[in-house]
Amino acid sequence: MSTPSAVEAPIIEARKLEKFYAQPDGSRIQVIAATDLAVYPGQIIALLGPSGCGKSTLLRMLTGLSPASAGSVYWHGEPVRDGSPNVSIVFQSFALFPWLTVLENVEAPLEARGMASIDRHKRALRIIDAVGLDGFESAYPKELSGGMKQRVGVARALVVEPEVLFMDEPFSALDVLTAETLRGELLELWLGHKIPTRAIFIVTHNIEEAVILADRVVVLGRNPAHIHADFIVDMPHPRDHKSSSFVELVDTIYRVLTRPDHEHDSAPPKSAAPGKPLQAKAIMLPHTRPGGMAGLLEILQDQGGKADLHKLADDLALEVDALLPTIDTAVLLGMLRLAEGDAFITPDGQAFAQGDIQSRKAMFRKAALAHIPLLCQMQNALKAKSDRTLSDEFFRDLLDEHFSEDESRRQLETAIQWGRYAEIFDYDAATGKLTLTEA
Amino acid sequence: MPSPTVSLQTATTIPPALKRPAGSRSSWSFLIDITVFLFVMAAIYGLYAVGHTWLGPVPAQVEISQSPRALPLYALYSLVRLGLAYLLSLAFALAYGYAAARSKAAETVLVPLLDILQSIPVLSFLPGVMLAMVALFPNSQLGIELGSIVLIFTGQVWNIAFSFYSSLKSIPRELREAAIIYRFGRWQRFVELDLPYSTIGLVWNSMMSVAGGWFFLMACEMFVLGKRDFRLPGLGSYLQTAASNGDTRAILWGLAAMVAVIVILDQLIWRPVIVWADKFKFEQVETAKATTHNLLDFLGRASFVILIFRVAVRPVMDWITVSLAAGAARAAATFSAPKRKTTRRSLLITLAAVIFVGLGFAVYHAAGELSDLHRADYFTLLRSAGLTFLRVNGALLIGAIWTVPVGVAIGFSPRLVRIAQPLVQLAASIPATALFPIILLFLIRLPAGFEIAAMLLMLLGTQWYILFNVIAGAMAIPTDLKEASKIFRFGSWDRWRRLILPGIFPYLITGMVTASGGAWNASIIAEYFHFQGGIVSTTGLGSAISGASDAGRFDLLLASTLIMATIVVLINRLVWRRLYRLAATRFKLET
Repeated sequence: MSTPSAVEAPIIEARKLEKFYAQPDGSRIQVIAATDLAVYPGQIIALLGPSGCGKSTLLRMLTGLSPASAGSVYWHGEPVRDGSPNVSIVFQSFALFPWLTVLENVEAPLEARGMASIDRHKRALRIIDAVGLDGFESAYPKELSGGMKQRVGVARALVVEPEVLFMDEPFSALDVLTAETLRGELLELWLGHKIPTRAIFIVTHNIEEAVILADRVVVLGRNPAHIHADFIVDMPHPRDHKSSSFVELVDTIYRVLTRPDHEHDSAPPKSAAPGKPLQAKAIMLPHTRPGGMAGLLEILQDQGGKADLHKLADDLALEVDALLPTIDTAVLLGMLRLAEGDAFITPDGQAFAQGDIQSRKAMFRKAALAHIPLLCQMQNALKAKSDRTLSDEFFRDLLDEHFSEDESRRQLETAIQWGRYAEIFDYDAATGKLTLTEA
Repeated sequence: MPSPTVSLQTATTIPPALKRPAGSRSSWSFLIDITVFLFVMAAIYGLYAVGHTWLGPVPAQVEISQSPRALPLYALYSLVRLGLAYLLSLAFALAYGYAAARSKAAETVLVPLLDILQSIPVLSFLPGVMLAMVALFPNSQLGIELGSIVLIFTGQVWNIAFSFYSSLKSIPRELREAAIIYRFGRWQRFVELDLPYSTIGLVWNSMMSVAGGWFFLMACEMFVLGKRDFRLPGLGSYLQTAASNGDTRAILWGLAAMVAVIVILDQLIWRPVIVWADKFKFEQVETAKATTHNLLDFLGRASFVILIFRVAVRPVMDWITVSLAAGAARAAATFSAPKRKTTRRSLLITLAAVIFVGLGFAVYHAAGELSDLHRADYFTLLRSAGLTFLRVNGALLIGAIWTVPVGVAIGFSPRLVRIAQPLVQLAASIPATALFPIILLFLIRLPAGFEIAAMLLMLLGTQWYILFNVIAGAMAIPTDLKEASKIFRFGSWDRWRRLILPGIFPYLITGMVTASGGAWNASIIAEYFHFQGGIVSTTGLGSAISGASDAGRFDLLLASTLIMATIVVLINRLVWRRLYRLAATRFKLET
């Protein structure tokens, strides 16, 4: 595989690309910190990070689907304005038009470019053949399995001969085996130069997927999103899951992925974008339910209080995306400690793992009030009211100062989950009222 | 009465291999071609007949024949009115919904406006629209015909528009992004994404709208305005005349014709369309039971139809898409983007300004009219509104009281559902306005007979919506919940209170919302009716509207219409919308 050379100019280059939402009071909610990123020809780039960290937003800014708040994207050195660069996206949900046949779906982008019917046919059929869909031309998407659908998605993306092929978690809606097959087929097309595409940019939350496919893995950190690490994968294809260099790299990336939250917890956060002053601190709650953490701590307890995260995820057949929020929760509450990709259970965590339902709730309450300012704040606000009742709107407004609208809604949902479990307050979903739980 | 759905279902169970005997295929398709051809010929003749009467001079007195032999032509006239009104509605609704969904500025105005327009009682427009149209075309029937079409149009357009708007707003993000990233132009996006995604909603709402259209059609085919007597030959006028004359034989003939037309429409148009629309279901997996339809197969196999599609429709669509795409590409190359935006914005501002000036003018004049009214007039109107309010809600209550137990009984028994559903559908599709003169014939002699008949008309117009929804709600209650209530030995009261009523609540509310609006509208006919050469009426807001239009009192008409629209909007906002939200959150059965 060709390695990136300093001589070759990048196809796409993002310079100081930012995304934020301006608030009425003049402050900003930063979603993506100023980011520099370049896509060089001959490369597969994987953008890796936990879900909700801004990967997809970054992809949409690079393709021109979503406008950047600041900074700009350059195509061969020219600034992009109207989303005119020749790119394609393969979507997570396939995004096929269910009322069009496979052939019509693949032809649609050509139709949009005003290509004559006969030429369209020829080109679409050729690419349908290349992705292994011949015989299914006149089928409707709903007749196809998930893997076949995504093959249509790939065919549709490739038919316009994009210079860069973008893929937004293309295999995460598929079962493990199908995903594996499709990854192999994609590599075959790419390595065999069967497609004119000059670079592939794939967004994923699956570390192994990134390491199998990519020549370069860019790890994204959270809150706001920023490039956390950048790995060159210098292994020949086909790559072996079990080889030591493969396992080692996956392990390293695991460690990197879990690190920022660890630092976040112990010291004043310094992991955000370099040179950028941080806005008012607000701890972002991972979107988990208290029940999941108990399960994790019990497993750790059984394994002697210490586990390698990568191995743990492997044992539980969980993707990093599913495991990380739960780990974040435990770390946030002081029940778990992370060091170099290993998780250690704390004394508090041990007590929690061994407790029964009621004592767990009490411990959760104590930890939550000690470590999570938002829940403290909510408790105090409720105490201050004579009727001990406040509307959820009130807290949503508070959160809106720190998070985007969607995020603050999710944050409040999580906080309410935790607060109810901890018996800090009751919540009536019908009226949206929070009431302090009387001890 | 042969129940239409049952025969359909038996047909679907035949495996496809049996349906298509390989040998006789070519002779079949020949017959099919001939049939289709004959249909086209008949349609052309029909158009000719309609055009002939429409453009003909206004006869001094339109005589509505009572001979059964006149019925086919009358049915055709009614159908053409309905069809044209529907096409007009569809076109307008698509434009309205598209504008509201695509432009933020338009959305802020159009969506609340839609809500209000939906609540305005259509029948109070009747006199105004008719007079305007007759003034436009004084020398031909065209004026009255167009008047009736416009009226039906105002009755059926809003829910279609709203359905299209909300479909457009709910297109999944990734599909929208795919259309952008693959550079779909407006046209391609419209035909390959917007329209297909909205099809199912459009079909169901079209069915409802056309059913509602019959209701208004019956009312506006024959009515009196002051000294003028407007008549349009059609099923509605046939029935009204028959009832006025007390001619039982003609009534039965008219009803039979009406039912036949509705059944034919259902079988030949709606059912095939529903099956066809299934293709547009936005789902990732195929459902186990695919629906098929005889007629659709039939047409799909007609080589004639296929030929037309291949030779005419496909290439034309293709040509439009491709040339528009090329045009868009050229436009993008020659115009710089920002400039286009400013011209569009200034255009929008001008448009808004024009609308506001027009609105201001209208409000000024309306206020002038309204200020002429005395306080006593308003007092009378409000008292009438109170009476109509009681009547409407009485009818709703009676409707709910009988439909809930019956609907639940039907919904819980699969056997009853199979028998009852087509019957209920049929009963629901007969417009209450067609039955009204007949009901009056029997009730008018009783003491307070008109009062009863008025309630009955409202009930007839509304109860079916409730019944439909209750049946659907009862069917949607999961079996395991029913079993749980059995295991815990709920008594019948507990069963109703804990399981059935909460289970059907969202459906009941949906039915009642539609029914409530319908009942208010129906009051305009129900409370004031020309019958056997005279007028029968009872005090109420609907009666006030009809009376005012009869007497040509525009000020009273305006005031009463405004009051009714306000009441309907207020009830929707204060009662139904809240109950709806409650239904959508607390009583939603998630499986």
